[in-house]
Amino acid sequence: MSLSGAAYIAGAFEHPTRFAPDKSVALLHAECARGALDDAGLTFRDVDAYFCGGEAPGASPAYMADYLNLNLKHLSGGELGGSGPIGYIGHAAAAIQAGKCDVALITMAGRPRAVGQATGTEKQNFPSDIPFSPFDVAFNWSILTIYGSYARRHMHEFGTTSEQMAWVKVSASHHAQHNPNARLRQVFTVEEVVNSRFVADPLHMLDCCVITDGGGGLVVTRPEIAKSLKRPLVKLRGHGQAMTVNNGGMVDMVHTGAALSGPLAFAEAGVRHADIKYASVYDNFTIMVVMQLEDLGFCKKGEGGRFVMDGNLISGVGKLPWNTDGGGMCNNHPINRGGMTKAIEAVRQLRGEAHPRVQVPDCNIALASGPGLINGVGHYHSTAILERE
Amino acid sequence: MSTQATKKPFGVPWETDPFVTPWPEMRPFWAAAAEGRFLMPRCGDCGKYHWHPRAVCPFCHSRKIEWIESPGRGTIFSFSIARTWSPPHAIAFVKTAEEPVILTQLVDCDFDALRIELPVKVKLAPVEAGRWMPFFAPER
Ligand SMILES: [Zn+2]
Repeated sequence: MSLSGAAYIAGAFEHPTRFAPDKSVALLHAECARGALDDAGLTFRDVDAYFCGGEAPGASPAYMADYLNLNLKHLSGGELGGSGPIGYIGHAAAAIQAGKCDVALITMAGRPRAVGQATGTEKQNFPSDIPFSPFDVAFNWSILTIYGSYARRHMHEFGTTSEQMAWVKVSASHHAQHNPNARLRQVFTVEEVVNSRFVADPLHMLDCCVITDGGGGLVVTRPEIAKSLKRPLVKLRGHGQAMTVNNGGMVDMVHTGAALSGPLAFAEAGVRHADIKYASVYDNFTIMVVMQLEDLGFCKKGEGGRFVMDGNLISGVGKLPWNTDGGGMCNNHPINRGGMTKAIEAVRQLRGEAHPRVQVPDCNIALASGPGLINGVGHYHSTAILERE
Repeated sequence: MSTQATKKPFGVPWETDPFVTPWPEMRPFWAAAAEGRFLMPRCGDCGKYHWHPRAVCPFCHSRKIEWIESPGRGTIFSFSIARTWSPPHAIAFVKTAEEPVILTQLVDCDFDALRIELPVKVKLAPVEAGRWMPFFAPER
């Protein structure tokens, strides 16, 4: 049994705000839900399934389902971290295929800027019942020092350089200059990235994504419903999920979950890398794009640094147009979660609705992929391959 | 090392640490740590060490976990320096002689002298909540 063709993404919406001091988290979720349903040409009454992640009020779909007064036959959610929404596309498709629902709504929203959160550097306050907490938490590790350690190991093993990693930020900035909603629209140079101050060396300030308020929504439907609507058809072609674990401490630190979720998605989709016209790959830190592109198979392990150089990820310039909205690096990273915006830009590209300056000609197959909840060296990971029909 | 147990810089006993109390099966580790002894969990069935410690072997799922006193030697597998913190500190992944990689904080070190493969040794020290944690420091 395969999810290929089991469901379509009928609606996609990225909230235009990047700073929301006057809106609650619940209201942002509601606006994202409304935006995605309007985009699909559906209403709240059509929704019979709902998915959201740990950033939703109460870290459960129950409270937003009540706030939105939804009439549901299926709901699920929980903390999968940033790429949760990419995962939920597959969860929704599976539920649709099983006959449990017809129209699934996925929302993701929050407001870290409004509350002054210092996302990357803040101490990770994991509760004491999480098994690794007693042995890790008091060391004050942060997301930054974990990914900084990833970066240093990759540099050590493969000779990856700060200049190569900087190309990830530079490429994103070339795209973000065309996005009027982008948090950063300035075009950066490699020199500017490597000369920005160290925050968790070897990572510099400009190796990091932006912090933004906002969010997004997706509507996943049964094929017959998608075909009855007026929007271009975007089909789920393949999907993969994985949890990389710390393996009792036997880790190499140079592989991401993309090495697991990617092959699953490619196998289900039955496509080759050369078929992928556009890739959304979650860019929380520059190093993670380098590593995931290797793990997804766009280049060999260890060659990611060279692969991202010289504009190879810039639409119209390189071989693999990537994060053409400006990504988490420059456009948007609502509530520190990049999966939703990755899926949305992939849908835009397949519909031909990306900004004309970054639209990939005849974009018929796209990929959206990213890591989620971090657990030491491990993390959740999901990959979706989508096709315009 | 046992003299360390009598030092209580934060004045808080390890037994009431909220990261210790939910984990009755981990008490031997924390009791030894407060005496300056570093224990690593080893499986009595498959013989492998693992980290972080747990009462079930992550490799063969045996419940026969033995606490083995370790000299706490290893090398830096990777590290990153939190520059914007006050005070700055170094987070490291240490590859132990027993094999598992341990997430830790490096102490008594010159940031500029750190490098991958630098030999390090465990240095148990109390944290504010009361338990003693396995920090690591460069070998002298
Ligand atoms: Zn075992």
